[in-house]
Amino acid sequence: MLEIKGLSVSVAGKEILKDFSLSVAAGEVHAIMGPNGSGKSTLSYVLAGREGYDITAGSVLYRGQDLFALEPEMRAREGLFLAFQYPVEIPGVGSATFLKTAVNAIRKHRGEKEYDAMEFLKVMREKRDALGISEEMMRRTLNVGFSGGEKKRNEILQMALLEPYLAVLDETDSGLDIDALKVAADGINALRSPERAMIVITHYQRLLEYVVPDYVHVLADGRVVRSGGKELALELEEKGYSGFTGNAEAAA
Amino acid sequence: MGAVSPQAARPSRSIELPYAAQFAAAREELPGHDLSWVTSERDAAIARFSELGLPSQRVEDWKYSNLTPLAKTDFTAPDRKAAEAARAEVAERFPKESAAGRLVFINGMLDGPLSALEELPAGVRVLGLADAMADEGDLLKSQLEAVPALNGHALAALNAAFMADGCLIILEPDTELALELLFVAAPDVGAVAYHPRISIAAGAGSTLALGEQHTALGELEYWSNPVTAISLGETAQMRHYKLQEESRRAWQTALTKTRIAAGAAYENFVVATGGRYARNEIKVVLEGAGASCELGGGFLLAGEQHVDNRLRVDHAAPDGTSRQTYKGVLDERAHGVFQGKTVVHRGAQKSDGNQLSRALLLSPNAIMDAKPELEIYADDVKCSHGATVGELDGEQMFYLRARGIDEASARSLLIAAFMDEHLQSVADQAAREWLQGAVSRWLAQHLSVGEA
Repeated sequence: MLEIKGLSVSVAGKEILKDFSLSVAAGEVHAIMGPNGSGKSTLSYVLAGREGYDITAGSVLYRGQDLFALEPEMRAREGLFLAFQYPVEIPGVGSATFLKTAVNAIRKHRGEKEYDAMEFLKVMREKRDALGISEEMMRRTLNVGFSGGEKKRNEILQMALLEPYLAVLDETDSGLDIDALKVAADGINALRSPERAMIVITHYQRLLEYVVPDYVHVLADGRVVRSGGKELALELEEKGYSGFTGNAEAAA
Repeated sequence: MGAVSPQAARPSRSIELPYAAQFAAAREELPGHDLSWVTSERDAAIARFSELGLPSQRVEDWKYSNLTPLAKTDFTAPDRKAAEAARAEVAERFPKESAAGRLVFINGMLDGPLSALEELPAGVRVLGLADAMADEGDLLKSQLEAVPALNGHALAALNAAFMADGCLIILEPDTELALELLFVAAPDVGAVAYHPRISIAAGAGSTLALGEQHTALGELEYWSNPVTAISLGETAQMRHYKLQEESRRAWQTALTKTRIAAGAAYENFVVATGGRYARNEIKVVLEGAGASCELGGGFLLAGEQHVDNRLRVDHAAPDGTSRQTYKGVLDERAHGVFQGKTVVHRGAQKSDGNQLSRALLLSPNAIMDAKPELEIYADDVKCSHGATVGELDGEQMFYLRARGIDEASARSLLIAAFMDEHLQSVADQAAREWLQGAVSRWLAQHLSVGEA
């Protein structure tokens, strides 16, 4: 599914990711944990194709293709989805219009028939009911005036509608209270499947109680300093990041 | 250093033009030439124009508009036969779509067969200006005295000298009217100039909805110089919407002057996507207590297009409200202008005035000049103004693209959203959709939306 090899990334001359490697197979859920500034969000943005990042070394192979050769919209159409840590507010663009445009762009790319307005409303209704998203929310303009929880649920709704092969969830838990977190986790778990992989980026172990990962990687100062199973998250919760960061520096 | 000759020191505030000679030749041919008061007003108007000349950029009101290329084109008066030859195409391309009455002008001349005024409500009169000059001289005279005068404005003077057609709209108190005006430029032997005059007197308590569309049969070169004078009686309501989709080689210099009595409300919204050069000048006087005006405009421009919005609102009585909100999208080398002035006169207490200019630049070569001005001579008022110029938001673009939407479609969505938010202020829903249609047409033509 995804093969990241020796990836180094700089922002404005400062190296953020250093010789980062990760291999993700279909059906797997990988958690990437790390303190603030460790490079977690940079990783998510580089995968999705945001501008402003210099790839100085390494390669990313996504479903057999060179990911960096694809424009952001082509990555999305090829099934890569980023759930934004900070979903962008777009005044004047209706939520439903946006979703329909996105879903149809991807369906068209996959050679599937584009939804007409009625078909789309039906599909959207099923998905949003499961996430407790009201019809009224879909009538508002995109993310404008949404609470933190509503924005995150809207990201998961988009993921459910776009049916990606690889979902990168960037701190989807941040800013959520425990009830909202459970709703979000249920939405994520409902999308787990043998064909789909997920990378769950988080600062806290909390989300991983509900979305149980197959692998956990600890990122510190742009490198993976430990990899293990789900129990690594618990160890991290106990010890904190400081021990790991120290190890990383000792190893360097 | 030698002495500066008096000749060189004289400030050149105008551009020399051949119109006086043209007028002398046309004087005995223009409609209404047999009415002595019409001819003497025309004589006075051409004298005034000769004195003022075509404004140069040294005139503050015109500082962002270079009319020199206009002076270099030899415009002629339109020929009626050429206009009539275009009738079938106009009928086909611009069919009458609503139940409202409609006047159709081809090259500034009223086309009777295409116009439809069958079912005007009682107490409402609508007639062509040339017809009024032929048959209703007294009515015309009293109407022109009832609406605001246009002294001191060079292009209004030129309009007064050459005006050949247009219309009179008269609403008795408490009547209602919905009317559409369609101005179409059609091929003639060369570049034509026309000077339509629209004169509106709406009695107390009346309601008028006026939709104007300015368009052309192809990429013709012409100059349209319309003058609209409006007088709204107490508590009258007027909604005035205009679609300016002139040819990309056309000049339009439009002036609207509106006088608003106590408790009356005037709403004006212009969507402009056409013209090589288009001036949208609106002067409003809030004459009575509690009068209000909402002036709005949206323009989407590309190439070398230039749109100049010049607004002036005078609060001359207490409790008046005025809004000027203009938003533009400028691509390539387009140039947008917002010059808005709100003057609150002594005694116009509790006036509420607001001005806003927002522009979205799609190209580093596009230019927006915004000059909102407030002049306040009363002490108890609420006035504000603001101007912003920005680009498409990179974060918004990335968010849309990260959902599979291609770059052109993402741009189109964001531009449409920018304009759509603005168009929400148009009170009439059917009119809003009509104006939105022009925005969609521009987006479809200008941005290559979707993939080949």
